[in-house]
Amino acid sequence: MVEQNLRFRSDEPVGDPAVTVDAFADQSNATAVRIEPGDDARALLPHLDRLALVEVNFPTYGDGRGYSAARILREHGYAGELRAVGDVLIDQLSHMRRCGFDSFAPDQPISAEAADKALATWPEVYQKTVDGRPAIWAKRHSA
Amino acid sequence: MYQYDSYDQAMVDARVAEFRDQVERRLAGDITEDQFKPLRLKNGLYLQLHAYMLRVAVPYGTLNSTQMRMLGDIADKYDRGYGHFTTRQNIQYNWIKLSDAPDILADLASVEMHAIQTSGNCIRNTTSDQFAGAAADELVDPRPYAELLRQWSTFHPEFDYLPRKFKIAMIGSETDRAAMKLHDIGIQLVRNDAGEIGCKFYVGGGMGRTPMIAPVIGDFVPPLQMISYLEACLRVYNRYGRRDNKYKARIKILVHEIGADEYRRQVEEEFAHILTLNLEPPPAELERIKGFFEQPGFEAGLSDDLDLSDPDFALWVDQNTHAHKQAGYTIVTISLKPAGGIPGDATADQIRLMADLAKEHSFDELRVTHAQNIVLPHVKKADLYALWQKLDEAGLATANLDLISDIIACPGLDYCALANARSIPVAQKISARFADLGRQRELGELKLKISGCINACGHHHAGHIGILGVDRKGVENYQLLLGGSEGADTSLASITGPGFSEDGIVDAVEKATDVYLAQRADGERFVDTFRRIGMAPFKEAIYAKEPVNG
Repeated sequence: MVEQNLRFRSDEPVGDPAVTVDAFADQSNATAVRIEPGDDARALLPHLDRLALVEVNFPTYGDGRGYSAARILREHGYAGELRAVGDVLIDQLSHMRRCGFDSFAPDQPISAEAADKALATWPEVYQKTVDGRPAIWAKRHSA
Repeated sequence: MYQYDSYDQAMVDARVAEFRDQVERRLAGDITEDQFKPLRLKNGLYLQLHAYMLRVAVPYGTLNSTQMRMLGDIADKYDRGYGHFTTRQNIQYNWIKLSDAPDILADLASVEMHAIQTSGNCIRNTTSDQFAGAAADELVDPRPYAELLRQWSTFHPEFDYLPRKFKIAMIGSETDRAAMKLHDIGIQLVRNDAGEIGCKFYVGGGMGRTPMIAPVIGDFVPPLQMISYLEACLRVYNRYGRRDNKYKARIKILVHEIGADEYRRQVEEEFAHILTLNLEPPPAELERIKGFFEQPGFEAGLSDDLDLSDPDFALWVDQNTHAHKQAGYTIVTISLKPAGGIPGDATADQIRLMADLAKEHSFDELRVTHAQNIVLPHVKKADLYALWQKLDEAGLATANLDLISDIIACPGLDYCALANARSIPVAQKISARFADLGRQRELGELKLKISGCINACGHHHAGHIGILGVDRKGVENYQLLLGGSEGADTSLASITGPGFSEDGIVDAVEKATDVYLAQRADGERFVDTFRRIGMAPFKEAIYAKEPVNG
């Protein structure tokens, strides 16, 4: 099981093991799934209501497909836990949060203090994503 | 010109603070070079053959005199008294100390500049038409849209770890001066029959080892949906672009492999979804940005007459100025290609002088061109002779724009860790061989571009004459290519045959120009003649055996 987990949710963590996207399609009772970089997150869209945990694997930090996968799930209303696992480094936390991840299980542990500092790097953001932060353009033109 | 507000300033300040912390951790030994590398690359800091190189972004190639002066001061303070303007309208410093890098970024931030996303597999600095806001043939000023794009692409959380780097060019004229179709995305602002403005999206062009001309993917995207369309284009690429082989990872390979129609279908599907998310900045934001790009206070009713009695001045005016939209004004291109010089290099003093001249004569504005020259976009014709004299005194009045010695060259093996061969000495030798301006003008428009390896930073595929440096069993060798072009008549150059030594390639270039002079029809440029008569006559002349004993 996960050794270390930075979690930004208040609900109880899901205990179920995450199954592969292929296996998930065949298991009508599975509530946790793990997306690999080559998987199409859109395959999960019809099943979002029964999902409680989606793990997105980053085998190397440079493979950024998981950022799109995360954002697509959030854009379609997924509200469960979205956990980045694998080669997740401190320098990626801020962008991952912006793409909808609310839980992290990095191969190399990251302290909560270091994570908080990294997440506070950007005082503002230029884009509207799925994290609810208002983009700079929205602040400029809020009446 | 665009000016930062407190939000923009806060973003670059945060970046400086972050990088200062990272450099301190590296210098203290808390992180290894392997761990530091991706962090420094996010700040445009490369480790080259001899030293660190810092690449500073010049958004859409536009600078004011304060910024330009700072670039000169940085060259003096932290480098060896010069800088190198690049094919992506940026500037690079070649001799940087790691411990100085945070201070340089802080100096840049003090004049609203940065090195954000000038390297790494992210959306790079957007390039544009160096004559934007000035050209007589302009339909729409592309700069407000490019600034909107700059902000959207800055620290974009989804697209910071793309399969490969991503370059966007944006133009608003019929004439393409930005090699738009050779970019990952080229956006051309166009007008439809109803008079409305739209964005024409070309996606999947590029140079590198597999050069491709971008097909049209979006015919007419409303400007107020430009960001959403970009999100769709990038998202499809981020998910499906190849990551198994870095040489096949650019978007051009994806578009080529699945086909433009299938790529377009996927983009349209994603675009329809993204439009429901309201990610687009409001019209008021585009209007706010447009406010910074209002026409400067031109004097009305000025004469276009010029006293051309000084023949050297007349030559320079003919070669290095372009038609301005306002009567009585002209666009000046300052050549950074003196005879025998290093293309794109300028000394700190020259940089500061150009800053002063921009302040005095060009409404405080300068542009960097992708051909590695500097533009003063708004010069009053009545001031032109005085301006030229000052440029001439500083060695900046070479009248060779678009001639054979106006060479694009990458830094090559003199600096670059990726290069196979040196580019600079070849450029210098060709420039010296053709130093006679009369001879150059006789040859007419001739775009010569040199890359020191197949990554093609010197745009050799798009040269009327292209030169590619390769490593042949440990010896530098140069291949000759002919017939490339950028702009409206974009084409990819073809290789002539076996390569040459450093001196041999200079001879081969000369022989190619001899064929052109012998065969050209009235009004034909070098590339036109090549297209008409084909490779064979050039090949024959270039590879002809020297007669033995008469």
